[in-house]
Amino acid sequence: MRLERRDQTSLALIVAAPVAAIIVSLTLSGGLIALAGANPFDAYFEMVRGAFGSRLSISETLTRTTPLILTGLAAAVAFRAKLWNIGGEGQLYLGALIAAWLGHNMAAAVPAPLAIPIILLAGMVAGALLLLGPVLLRIRLGVDEVVTTLILNFIVLLFVSMMIEGPMKDPLAFGWPQSVAVESDVLLPKILARTRLHIGLIIALVAALLIWFVQTRTVFGLETKAAGLNQKAAAFAGIALGKTLLGVACISGALAGLAGAIEVTGLKGYVTLDLSPGYGYSGIVVAMLAGLNPLGVVITALFVAIVFVGADSMSRALGVPSFIADVIVSISLLTMLVSLLFTTYRVRR
Amino acid sequence: MEALEIFASASLWGAVLRISTPLIFGTLGALICERSGVLNLGIEGIMTLGAMVAWMTVYQGGSLWTGLIVAALCGGLFGLLHALLTVPLGLSQHVTGLGITLFASSLTYYVYRLSLPVSSSPPTIEPFQPLAIPGLSDIPFVGEALFTQTAPTYLAIFACLATAYILARTPLGLAVRMTGENPHAVEAQGLDPISIRIGAIITGSAFMAVGGAFLTTATFNSFFPTMVQGRGWVCIALVVFASWRPGKALLGALLFALFDAYQLRLQHVVESAIPYQVFLMVPYVLSIVALIVMSRRAKVPQALMAPYRKGER
Repeated sequence: MRLERRDQTSLALIVAAPVAAIIVSLTLSGGLIALAGANPFDAYFEMVRGAFGSRLSISETLTRTTPLILTGLAAAVAFRAKLWNIGGEGQLYLGALIAAWLGHNMAAAVPAPLAIPIILLAGMVAGALLLLGPVLLRIRLGVDEVVTTLILNFIVLLFVSMMIEGPMKDPLAFGWPQSVAVESDVLLPKILARTRLHIGLIIALVAALLIWFVQTRTVFGLETKAAGLNQKAAAFAGIALGKTLLGVACISGALAGLAGAIEVTGLKGYVTLDLSPGYGYSGIVVAMLAGLNPLGVVITALFVAIVFVGADSMSRALGVPSFIADVIVSISLLTMLVSLLFTTYRVRR
Repeated sequence: MEALEIFASASLWGAVLRISTPLIFGTLGALICERSGVLNLGIEGIMTLGAMVAWMTVYQGGSLWTGLIVAALCGGLFGLLHALLTVPLGLSQHVTGLGITLFASSLTYYVYRLSLPVSSSPPTIEPFQPLAIPGLSDIPFVGEALFTQTAPTYLAIFACLATAYILARTPLGLAVRMTGENPHAVEAQGLDPISIRIGAIITGSAFMAVGGAFLTTATFNSFFPTMVQGRGWVCIALVVFASWRPGKALLGALLFALFDAYQLRLQHVVESAIPYQVFLMVPYVLSIVALIVMSRRAKVPQALMAPYRKGER
């Protein structure tokens, strides 16, 4: 038995791959739910109800989707060029920290319509700069960016911890490590009244469209694809690999940084160490489930958000530990990798 | 100088060996995988899994050694999963490894939470006690620093020497190294590169899990989420630093642990003049520095991360 490359992949197969992956993942996780003494069908029903059951829960799910779209795009853009940016979590936190600092200190000096774009842009710049270091190390010295970006996540979290316990500490938080809050007039406007859903969602959707446009309709987009498929061939075709990778790094880091800035200005208002429940890492799953397609990212981000929001309320109702959400998402990643393989290969005797 | 006096204390050097133990196991594990040509980024999750499984075994009444063995078996099982996905199927080693880490750690937390009700202070076990080696431990200073460690620490050093010997001096080691350099040549020799890689990944992952298990059965006496704290990633960096050699891996892990043990003690000397987070960053910054310094000179296994498919060039 061996694997043989397919001559062509049908559209049906491309659509079937993530669906099959998710079904297998839900089946396997169902076994774990049964282990917790709950009926898996009840559990999944509770999850869907928790994510869609009311106006409030739908808005919560969409609020969760927002950062996942952005970190998913960050991973998708980078992975397409075979740039392994695993530092989304760190980039997100740095973007968030800058946003909180500017939102607290700048608001008085600059009118809000101008301040909000500046804050979001600063978050993007922070994220991009953080990724530029590891990418420059890779281009110039051949240092593997997987390890450097991963380790930077820990360094950034310690830095954030240092700032919110030190210079940026909120004096009114009673010793709780929490940053100063952004001024209320630079908070992102809400989309739905009496919910937490903010225009960050629209920004994220626009970002997905923009990335899709850049990847499919511009020279730079095709160059990143070429660099990802075969570096030697790309270099031979006259593509400046270093420049392309730096460009990709700027976009990828900026997207993750933007996710952080939006979480602060749209949702939390300040930075704590539990600002992100691993959005940077979940973004990798979102990107892979979408087959690195920027428009697909929107759908898979929604799926991951449903799992997380749904698992929270299911956990409350049935007593199944909410860690099941991470299990479902991580098994989906592994099953997706396998089913993606079978879209390009087939098994031959 | 108080900052320099730290080096004169035997407790520092004892701590170095203690801190290095999980790193030695983890680095050896990652090294064995990579020597056969497969990057195993599942390490962070496998260490977390090993930590919980060993702790849970002891908590349920098993002995400490049973705990380590169960951890090794579970680690090997996740290694098998990583191996099946990356070797016969040839999936991206980066993404699969991260997937294994996410899966292993989330499954670990789920099972832990399922087995024990939520409580403010995690339940504890009776961990490994220091084992004084008769005779040697009586030597002043050196005895206290080096020869009154817990049993798994001695095991780590022994494992390192054994791995070095097997890789360099036995036909098995040669086969593993050759698979990492040129799997086609292995095939030509009548050996199967696929099974060699699978075997190496299972062995390596078992080592990683034992490294994690040391945290709960010797360093601490309880399990809590995120306790591995990036040690797995540090191990991946240490493999590069060690230029894929077990002997240098031991040195690297010790050097790294020395900085870590030193910064812990320096924190007490400088007290609040410098925020404690700066000290906690030191190990992470160091591993990046180690990567940068060694990246030029590192002798990377030639077939690392290149999937092998029979009859495909």
